[in-house]
Order: sequence, then C-alpha cells, then structure tokens
Amino acid sequence: MSHLDPLMLARIQFGFTISFHIVFPAITIGLGSYLAVLEGLWLLRKDAVYLDLYHFWSRAFAVNFAMGVVSGLVMSYQFGTNWSPFSAFAGGVTGPLLAYEVLTAFFLEAGFLGVMLFGWKKVGPGLHFFATLMVAAGTLVSMTWILASNSWMQTPQGYAVVNGRVEPTDWLAVIFNPSFPYRLVHMGLAAFLATALFVGATGAWHLLKHRDNPRVKTMFSMAMWMVLITAPIQILAGDQHGLNTLEYQPAKIAAMEGDWTSKPGEGEPLILFGLPDMTLEKTLYSLEIPHVGSLILTHSWDGQIKGLSEFPPQDRPDATIIFWTFRVMVGLGLLMLLLGLGGAWFRWRGSLYRQRLFLRFAVAMGPAGIIAILAGWMTTEIGRQPWVVYGVMRTADGVSEHSALSMSAALLAFVVLYCAVFGIGISYLLKLVGKGPDRGGPIEATHQTPARPLSAGPEIDPLGAGE
Amino acid sequence: MMNLDLSLIWVLIIGFGLMMYVVMDGFDLGIGILFPFIRATPDRDIMVNTVAPVWDGNETWLVMGGAGLLAAFPMAYAVLLSALFIPLIVMLMGLILRGVAFEFRFKAEEGHRPYWDIAFSAGSYIAAFFQGAALGAFINGFIVTGPSYGGGALDWLTPFSVFTGIGVIVSYALLGSTWLTIKTEGALQGRMIGIAKRIVPVLLIGIGIVSLWTPLAHHEIATRWFSVPNIFYFAPVPILVLASSFQLMRLLTGGSDGKVPGAGPFLLALLLLFLGYSGLAISLWPNIIPPGVSFRDAAAPAQSQAFTLVGAVIIIPIILGYTGWAYYVFRGKVTGREGYH
Ligand code: HDD
Ligand code: HEM
Ligand code: HEM
Repeated sequence: MSHLDPLMLARIQFGFTISFHIVFPAITIGLGSYLAVLEGLWLLRKDAVYLDLYHFWSRAFAVNFAMGVVSGLVMSYQFGTNWSPFSAFAGGVTGPLLAYEVLTAFFLEAGFLGVMLFGWKKVGPGLHFFATLMVAAGTLVSMTWILASNSWMQTPQGYAVVNGRVEPTDWLAVIFNPSFPYRLVHMGLAAFLATALFVGATGAWHLLKHRDNPRVKTMFSMAMWMVLITAPIQILAGDQHGLNTLEYQPAKIAAMEGDWTSKPGEGEPLILFGLPDMTLEKTLYSLEIPHVGSLILTHSWDGQIKGLSEFPPQDRPDATIIFWTFRVMVGLGLLMLLLGLGGAWFRWRGSLYRQRLFLRFAVAMGPAGIIAILAGWMTTEIGRQPWVVYGVMRTADGVSEHSALSMSAALLAFVVLYCAVFGIGISYLLKLVGKGPDRGGPIEATHQTPARPLSAGPEIDPLGAGE
Repeated sequence: MMNLDLSLIWVLIIGFGLMMYVVMDGFDLGIGILFPFIRATPDRDIMVNTVAPVWDGNETWLVMGGAGLLAAFPMAYAVLLSALFIPLIVMLMGLILRGVAFEFRFKAEEGHRPYWDIAFSAGSYIAAFFQGAALGAFINGFIVTGPSYGGGALDWLTPFSVFTGIGVIVSYALLGSTWLTIKTEGALQGRMIGIAKRIVPVLLIGIGIVSLWTPLAHHEIATRWFSVPNIFYFAPVPILVLASSFQLMRLLTGGSDGKVPGAGPFLLALLLLFLGYSGLAISLWPNIIPPGVSFRDAAAPAQSQAFTLVGAVIIIPIILGYTGWAYYVFRGKVTGREGYH
C-alpha cells in the first residue's frame, strides 16, 4: 500500500481506468432503456413530447456511448497487458464469458446503433423501434456477462485447478455463482437509479430556470417515479447482497463494518462512523448503536459475526478505505430514498414542479448515483483483496512483470489522457443537456451541423442515400 | 464434440475476426490518415459521415479478436499482450482519440473543432502505426520462458517493426481512399482516385520489401516458401498480388477517359490485403507465438473452447447478417447537405 511497486501501479491503473469506464456504461444502460420506453410511448400515444425527449436524450446517449466504447476497449486489453499471469491462469473462465459478451452484446449494440441514431428516415417506425430495443437489450446483456465474470472472481465455483490453471467443469455453476444474482440485481438497479437521478437533475435544473414546458415536466416526473420505485428496492437488494457476502467473504464484511473482535454473548453494534486502524486493529473514534449490527447482518438481536482480527493478517482487506466507501454508498442510497419520497409527497400535494428547495435537492443529487456506483465497486473490489480470484489466486501473483518505469509511464499517460479527453467529453455532455429539449427536437438544432457521427438527430442523413 | 479439432477451428475463427477487423476498421482509420490531405471542412465532414453509422461495429472486431484469444488460447493472450505492452497501450490511446473525436467534432464549439480534427487524424495514425509495429514484432517472434514472456519492454521496436508500422498506415490509406471513391462524388472523389493512384505503387514496393526482408531474416520462413513443392503451391500469392495491383491501377486510371470507378478499386484493395494476410499465415503457421509456440501448445481447456464455440458458430452468422443489413440501410453516396457551408 505504501510504496509504488509495479503491483501497486498496476492496481491503480486498473482501478483508475475502470472507474472512468463504469460511469459511461451505467448511464448507457439506463438511457438505453429510457429511450426504448420513450419511443414505445411515442408509438403508442403519438404525443410529440415523447418524440422530442427521445431526440434530446439520444444525443446525450451518443456522446456517452462513444466514451463507453473507447474506455471499454482499454479494459479488454488491459487484462493481457497488465495481468497476464491472471489471464493465463483464469482465462479458461473469464475468456469465454468475455467472448460471449462480445458476441451477444457488443455486436448487437454496435450493429443497431447506426440505425437507431441515423436511420430515422431510412427505415420504418417499427424497424426503428426494433433497433432501439436491440441497443437497449445489448447494454443489459453486456452487464450480465461482465458481472458473471466479476462475480466468479469474487465467489468462484464450477472449476478445477489442473496443471496450474483453471479448468471449468460446470458452466452453469460458473455463471450462476453464489454472488452473481445479487450483483446483477444490485448493479442493474444502480444503473437505472443513476440515470434517473441524472435525468431528474436535468429536469429540475430547467424547472429552476423557469423553462417549465411539458417536455421538461415529463422528464422530471418520469425520473421521480423511477427513483421512488427503484431506491427502496435497491436498499433491500443491497441488504440481501450483504448477507450473501457475509456467507462467502466474511473478512470483507468485517472490514466494511469496522468490526475487529466479537465479544461472546453480546450482539454486534452498528458502527455509524469511525476510523478503522489496520495496525492497532481497532476502530478509533467510533460512534456505535448497540445490537443494530446484529440486527442488520444476522437479522437477530444477539447474532455474531467474525471480526477482522480473527483472520490471518495477510488475508485482510483494507478496512480504512472500504469502511468509508461503504458508508458513502449507503448514505447516498438513503438520500435517494428521501428524494423519491419527497417527490411522491409533492406530487400528491400538486406542487412537484414548483418546490424550489426540492428542485435544488434534485439537482444536487444528479451525480449521486454515479458516486454511489464508484463507492460500491471500490467496496467490492478493495474488499476482495488480497485475492484476485477469491481464495484461489492472490493479486500479487496475477500481475505482469513490467518494470516500475514502464508502469509509471503508462499510468501517467492514462491519467493525463483520460482527464483531458473524458473531462472535456463530460463537459460537452453537460452543455448538451443544459440546452434543454426543443420542440421538434433536432430538426431546428441541426441547421449548423452536418450529419454527426454517432450523434445525429434522426432527420440527419449521414450517408445521403435518403433522397 | 471432442472429436472436433477445437483448437484448429478457433485459430480459424480468430484469424477471421482479425481479418474482419483489418478490413473494416482499416478503411475508417484510413479516413483519418487521409485527413491532412483534405483541408476543407465540408469535405472532411463528408468523409467522416461515410463511416459514422458503422465505425463502432468495425472496431468491435478488435474486441472480438482479443476476447477470442483469451477464451481459446489464454497463454497466447497473456504472452503476446504483455510482450506488446507498449505498442498496444499506445494503440489504445490512439483509438480513444480517434473514437471520441468522431463524436466531439460536431459537439464542440467552433473554436475546439480544429483540435478534434487533429485528434481524429493523429489518433488514426497512431493506431495504424502501432498495429503495424505490433505485427512486425509478431513476425520477428518473442522470447518465451515457461508460460510467460521472457523478453524486455522494448524488444518489439526494430527497424523491421517500424517499417511494418509505416506499411500498415499506407495500406489503410489505400483502403480509405478506395472506400471514399465509392461513397463520394465530384471533386472529392476525383482527389481520392488521385491519392489511390499514388499509393498503389508505394504499397507494392512495400510488399516487395517485406517479402524479401522476412525470409532473409528468418531462415524457417525462407525454407517454407522456397523449398520445392511449396514454391509451386504458394506461387499464386505473389502472382495474384501483381495481377490485382495491375487491375487496380487500370480501374483507377480509367477515370481519365470518363469512366468513374465504382466499387472495383475497393474490392481489389481488399483482395491485396487479403493476399498479404494469407502470405503471413503461410509464413507463420502453425505458430501463435512465433517463433516456437504452436497454437496447440497454447490452447485453453477443451471445455472452454467448446463452450465458446457453440455461441460463436450460432451467433457469428447472425452478426454478419445484421451488420450487412446496417451497411445496406446506409448504402449510396454521401453528399453535403443544403443548409450547410
Ligand atoms: C455493468 C456493466 C458493465 C461493466 C461492469 C463493464 N462494462 Fe464494459 N460496457 C458496458 C457495460 C459494462 C456497456 C453498457 O455494454 C458498454 C458501454 C458503452 C458500450 O458501448 O457498451 C460497454 C463497453 C465496453 C466495450 C466496448 C464495446 C464496443 O466496442 O462496443 C468493451 C471492450 C468493454 N466494455 C469491456 C469491459 C471490460 C473488460 C470490463 C471489466 C473489467 C467492463 N467492460 C466492465
Ligand atoms: C465496473 C466497475 C468496477 C470498478 C469501479 C472496479 C474497481 C476496481 C478497483 C478500485 C480495483 C483496485 C482494487 C485494489 O487493487 O485495491 C479493481 C481491481 C480489479 N478488478 Fe475491478 N472494478 C470494477 C469491475 C470489475 C469487473 C467487472 C471485473 C472483471 C471482470 C474486475 C476485475 C478486476 C481485476 C482483475 C482487478 C485487478 C486485480 C485487483 O486489484 O484485484 N473489476 N477494480
Ligand atoms: C442503501 C443501501 C445499500 C446497501 C445496504 C448496499 C449494500 C452493498 C454491499 C454489501 C455491497 C458489496 C457487495 C460485495 O462486494 O460483496 C454493495 C456493492 C455495490 N453497491 Fe450497494 N448498497 C446500497 C446502496 C447502493 C446504491 C444506492 C448504489 C448505486 C446507485 C449502490 C451501488 C453498488 C455497486 C455498483 C456495488 C458494486 C457491485 C456489486 O457488488 O454489486 N449501492 N452494495
């Protein structure tokens, strides 16, 4: 942890690049389904509001998608460049799962994206809707495969180690490994929540600027429904996820809870805040509520969990970090619940679009979903340490033997490039949504721009074959 | 199932995927490579718009190649990718610049646009050069100790790999200019035909040099090509290269007496590339990590290969189907639109 050896540099590089990557897929997944719903509503009700919203959000989708693709490309090669012993060892499992993701999801998204963005005038409404549905489905399928792979690394089963490498013995067991259903549900909800918060914040921002046209109202209202429904389910799902982790990765839970020793006979307290110290083996300055920890983790008053000191020191994850990342996630989840309930309350009172304080709260919650996703992944991944395949291969044994020099240079280049490119990209994205949805959408918006790659409004005719 | 030669089938599938990548991303990287020669913004917009709806699908074949290699030959994936750490990382960075520039060119405020044009073009050059350099390093071979890479971080960098890097830039430029010959009209098309005409001889010389350099540097490759029955089996490759370059030049110069070439030059450029590719396969077969590791030595467990094969066999034809459909939807010339200028 303290010095920057090649292992640490490789871990930082992986964490850095995937943290950028996951932001874009999360929004791609949510917006993909949102666009499908909007287009479906437009076809069903023929209300132009839905069509205008579709055009507006499909432009944001295109920018976001491009960033998702290029950052994802890096991920799929990084396993080989930086984690080659891991790939050689576990490639028999992670490779096929990634290959299925490419075959069933990436091609599907890419194949229909052109038609979805540029094909509005080239194919009929039915086919166009089909293209949107395929893109949305592709994002969900992609999530499923990559989470199967990650969950297998967390809770591996269905394999044998033969000749020093993993051989799959039962593919159903590999895919439906114990933590997979929980992770799939939790991440899927997280993507929907993050998108709803982003859409809701955009709507609230325009409402605060007194642009309260039907388009803005519709998007804000839809987003608040979504938050109201998904936030409580997410909290329940997270609770179940935690119980599953307690069963398969007890050291991770102990670290998340800042729990070092269990005193026989007493229940576990819930430590609200504190500072776990890895060398002193205790949680400093802790603020505790007695028995609530037992209640949450064992669903009983006096239940016990194993404390972190009961695990050998070389098998302990870093509690100082994941204690806090976990609390950031849960705290934001509770705020999301509050936002959803607030929306329902003001809707019932008939003042949803006018409560300025509430609208400000909705704007402030815009990035909360993304932050919670990052905090959640950090909890999961840092909590898995020191293992790359839990209980089977240590992270230190999985890293490629590059020199500290080339690793530092690569890391530095990634940091500079990502901050510049994606930073600017995100600023374009925000500017785009800051313009607000027009009536008749892109038709007026495009007089200046030619057919935009990957980003067009539908009337654009990039290959000019429409006439 | 187990009677099938899974490893062999997988080599063919991965070979096919990489071929698809070179063919498809080749022409859209080519567009970025041609950017410095076409200054006018409207022309550049048309060029970019000819690939806008399809570039993402083209790039997906690269992901397919990587994932297929990891699934079917994890050891090769591990050794090759860590040996090629530097060129691959730089290539990925080039692809990042190129990929986002597609999008940002039109999202940026006017003042930023020239920078994204530079990023688009520079990204295309970087990606093409480092793909070519990686290819050159691959032909040269790698030091393998046990199951992992045993060489140094800069082993990939040789005069030969620099040469192949430039060679790939030139080939992609040919693909790009012949693709644009199909997709554009008028003055822009005329310029593309002119550029293509100048590239063909350069490329031919390049192919000639690689075809001499490789057997001279690698004894095994020389015996493979020039020993007795082989030379007859493989002779069609160079002969076809010459014949198709000749035909390509004829089609391109046919333009002067009024006949504007259609898809012919592009198809011939693809044929040239395919021939180069098969020449490479002949030289290196059956090694997946030259010079010494055959694809069988690097094979994944049979259960992994079989499981993935089921999906590949069913799904790849479907992918080809809807990809073809997307190209069909966006067929025809791309023109500037009124209201723009
Ligand atoms: C929960 C979802 C999720 C997670 C955890 C990941 N991804 Fe991702 N990825 C997606 C969801 C996604 C997506 C929604 O499907 C994207 C976003 C934009 C896109 O084109 O598809 C995508 C794009 C994307 C691409 C580009 C695909 C293309 O060319 O169209 C690649 C190669 C990867 N990813 C690879 C990875 C790897 C190797 C990951 C793990 C380390 C990873 N992704 C984590
Ligand atoms: C998408 C969201 C994800 C994020 C934000 C994330 C975050 C992280 C972080 C912060 C680390 C560094 C942990 C440490 O070394 O202390 C890490 C490591 C790692 N993660 Fe993830 N992760 C994500 C998803 C995945 C997925 C889907 C996979 C596999 C398919 C994966 C595989 C790995 C591997 C191989 C490492 C490197 C070895 C290690 O340090 O454990 N991650 N990730
Ligand atoms: C408020 C109650 C919540 C609880 C109790 C909870 C619980 C958990 C637990 C225990 C984990 C770690 C699982 C493991 O690695 O074994 C986790 C991971 C994660 N959380 Fe939450 N969570 C909550 C809210 C949220 C919210 C609101 C979001 C995002 C919008 C979120 C996103 C994530 C993500 C992306 C991961 C990593 C992927 C995974 O392991 O599923 N969580 N959560």
